[in-house]
Amino acid sequence: MIAFEAHNLTVSYDKQPVLWDIDFEIPEGKLVGIIGPNGSGKTTLLKAAMGILETDSGYVKVFEKNPDMVRERMGYVPQRQSVDWDFPATVMDITLMGRYRKGRLFGRLSKSDKEIAADSLNRVGMYDYRNRQISELSGGQQQRVFIARSLAQQADVYLMDEPLVGIDAASEESILKILGEMRTAGKTVIMVHHDLHTALEFFDWVILLNTRLVAAGPKEEVLTEENLRTAYGGKLNVLSRIADLIKSKEYPIREKDMKE
Amino acid sequence: MGGNFTWVMIGCALIGAGASAVGVFSFLRKQALVGDAVAHALLPGVVLAFMVTGQKDIWILFPGAFVAGWLGLLSIDFISKYSKIKSDTAIAIVLTVFFAVGIVLLTHVQQSNYGNQSGLEAFLFGKAAAMLPADITLFVVVDTALILLIVLTYRYLKLYSFDPDFAKAIGLPVKGIQFILSSLTVLAVASGIQAVGVVLMAALIITPAAAARFFTGRLSHMIILAMIIGIVSSMMGVYISSLAEGMPTGPWIVMVMSIIAIMAFIFAPGKGMLQRSIKRKAHQQKVRRENLLKLFYSLEEKNEEQFFSRPQLLRSRRFRGRELELLLNKLTGKGFLFREENRYGLTDHGRSEATRVVRLHRLWELYLNERMNIAPDHVHHDAEAIEHIITPELEHMLLKDLGYPELDPHSSEIPGIKDMKR
Repeated sequence: MIAFEAHNLTVSYDKQPVLWDIDFEIPEGKLVGIIGPNGSGKTTLLKAAMGILETDSGYVKVFEKNPDMVRERMGYVPQRQSVDWDFPATVMDITLMGRYRKGRLFGRLSKSDKEIAADSLNRVGMYDYRNRQISELSGGQQQRVFIARSLAQQADVYLMDEPLVGIDAASEESILKILGEMRTAGKTVIMVHHDLHTALEFFDWVILLNTRLVAAGPKEEVLTEENLRTAYGGKLNVLSRIADLIKSKEYPIREKDMKE
Repeated sequence: MGGNFTWVMIGCALIGAGASAVGVFSFLRKQALVGDAVAHALLPGVVLAFMVTGQKDIWILFPGAFVAGWLGLLSIDFISKYSKIKSDTAIAIVLTVFFAVGIVLLTHVQQSNYGNQSGLEAFLFGKAAAMLPADITLFVVVDTALILLIVLTYRYLKLYSFDPDFAKAIGLPVKGIQFILSSLTVLAVASGIQAVGVVLMAALIITPAAAARFFTGRLSHMIILAMIIGIVSSMMGVYISSLAEGMPTGPWIVMVMSIIAIMAFIFAPGKGMLQRSIKRKAHQQKVRRENLLKLFYSLEEKNEEQFFSRPQLLRSRRFRGRELELLLNKLTGKGFLFREENRYGLTDHGRSEATRVVRLHRLWELYLNERMNIAPDHVHHDAEAIEHIITPELEHMLLKDLGYPELDPHSSEIPGIKDMKR
C-alpha cells in the first residue's frame, strides 16, 4: 500500500515558488527522511502535505485518498519554534490537543482520550511533568511534548519537522526510541532532517530536495555522490532566477483549474 | 441616576467581563492593537447609523458599529495580504483613517440640523450614566452570548491560539474559528462604546489579560481572573465617574484598571518586579557573604594566621563604604565568623562554608579547562560567578564527571574532596 504520494506539487511562499513539480510515492511502514540544504523547501513540502499551505498545482494523497478524508490517520509534529512556549498551558493540555477531532461538539474529551494522552506522555518519558507549565520546559522536553501530542493522535502516517534539532541527548534518545517503536508497529514516518551524516543511519528511505526533487527512494539508491552533488552543489541558477522573476512580475504560476 | 444605577452597574460589569475574556485571546495571539483599531473603526459606523435613521437608540447604532468594526478588521486583513504593507502599518492606517472619517461625520452632525444630536460625542469617551434600561438590556444580551460562546468553543479557541498550523493539520474548521474570534472581538468592543467610548476601549480588551497573566499559567484561570479584573474596574470606574456631573466613564475605568495592572506588574508573586528584585538582591548579598568567607580562606592559606583585622581585609579586597563592616557583623551574627578584640576569624562552620565555595570555584575552573578547553588564565572570572550558583546535585555531577580531582588548573588544592567521596 502506498502511504503517501505527491503529484506535480508546486508551492509558492509569498508568491515565490519554492517547490517545483515534486513527484514521489512512499510505501507504508518506511522511515523516511526529507533531506536538503537550507531553503530547499523541506518545511514547505511538509506543510503542503498537511494541507496547511495551499498549493499552486498538483496534489497529495494519503493511503490513496484525499488527505481531508483521512485526517485522523495523519499525525503532525511542527517545528518546535513555530509556537510561543510562553502560552499558558500545561504539558497535559498540549498533549490532549492530539485528541481533538473535527465534528465533535464543543471539542469534548472523554476519559479514554485522557488515558491515551497520559500513555503518550509516558512513552516519551514526560508523564511526571504532566502538570508543568510548558514555559518551564527545556527545548528537548518541549520537543518530546510535541512528539507525545502526535502519538496521542494515534495516526498511521506521521509528518515531523526537524524533531531532532537543538535537543539534549536524553530527548534525542527518547525520540529515536519512539521512531524505532513506530517502525516496528508498521507506521510510516516522514521527517525533515538537517543532518546528512545521521540520515544514512536513521532512515530507510530518503527524499532529496533542492526546490525540486533530486531523488526519492531507498537510501542506498538516493544518497549517491552524484545526487548529493546535485542537491548541495550550489543553486540551480536558472531555476532560482525564474522564481525571482515570478515574484517580481507576479505571473500566476499555474491556471487555477489545473489543480486536480 | 437613582434606581437606574444598579442596572447600569450590572451592565458595565458584564461589558467589562466580556471584553476581558475576549481580550485574553487577543493578548495571547499578540493582536493587542487589532482591538484598538476595531474600536476606533466603530465611530463612523455609529455616526452613519444615526445620520441615516435620525435616532440615537442604541439598538440602531449598535448594528452600525458592528458593521464598521468588521469592515475595519477586513481592511486590515486585505491590506496586509494583498499589498506590500506589513500588518502593524495596516493596523495603524485603518485605525486612523476610520477614526478620522468618524470625527468628520461627527462634526458635520453637530453643526447641522439633525435634531436631537446632542450626546453622540459621549461615544468618544463613554458615558455610562447616559445608558437607558433598553440600552443596557442590549449589552447584557450581547455580552452574555459572547461569554457563552467562549465557554462552548473554549478548546478550539485554545488550540487555535496556541498552534493554528496544528489546528489546520487535524482538519479543524480554522476559518470558522477565526471568524468566531474576530466576531467576538468586534462584539466585545462594540458593546463597550457607550460605557467606555471608542478611544479607550482597547484598554478593556488588553489590560486585564496582561495583568492576569502575571498570576497564573493556566488559560482557564487566566480568563476568569481577567474577567474579575474587568468587572471590578468597570464597576469602580462607573461609580467614581458618577460622583461628578458630566464626568466621562471611560477614562476612570481605564485608570482603575491600569492601577490594578501596575500593581500586578510590581507585586505579583514570582513574576512581579518586586519579588524578582528581592531575589536579585538576596543573591547579591549571598555572593558578597560567600566572597568574604573565601577571602578569609585564602588569607589563611597565604599567611599562617587565623585572625585578621579590618585594614588587613581592606588591603586584600575592595569594599564599598560600610560594606565590610556590615558583612562582618552579619557573618558574625550567623556564626560563620567570630571576633577577638579587633580581629576576626572563621568558626568551624564558617570554614566549612568557605571550603565549599573555594571547592566549587576550583572545580568549575577545572571543568572549564578540561571539558571546554579554556586556557587556565581565562577561567577565573567565569568561576567567580558560577561558584555561587552551583547546587549540591550539580556539585556531585561535577565531581563524578571530573573523577574527584585534587588539583585545579593552577595546581592549587581543591579542598574537601576526601569528605565528598564518602
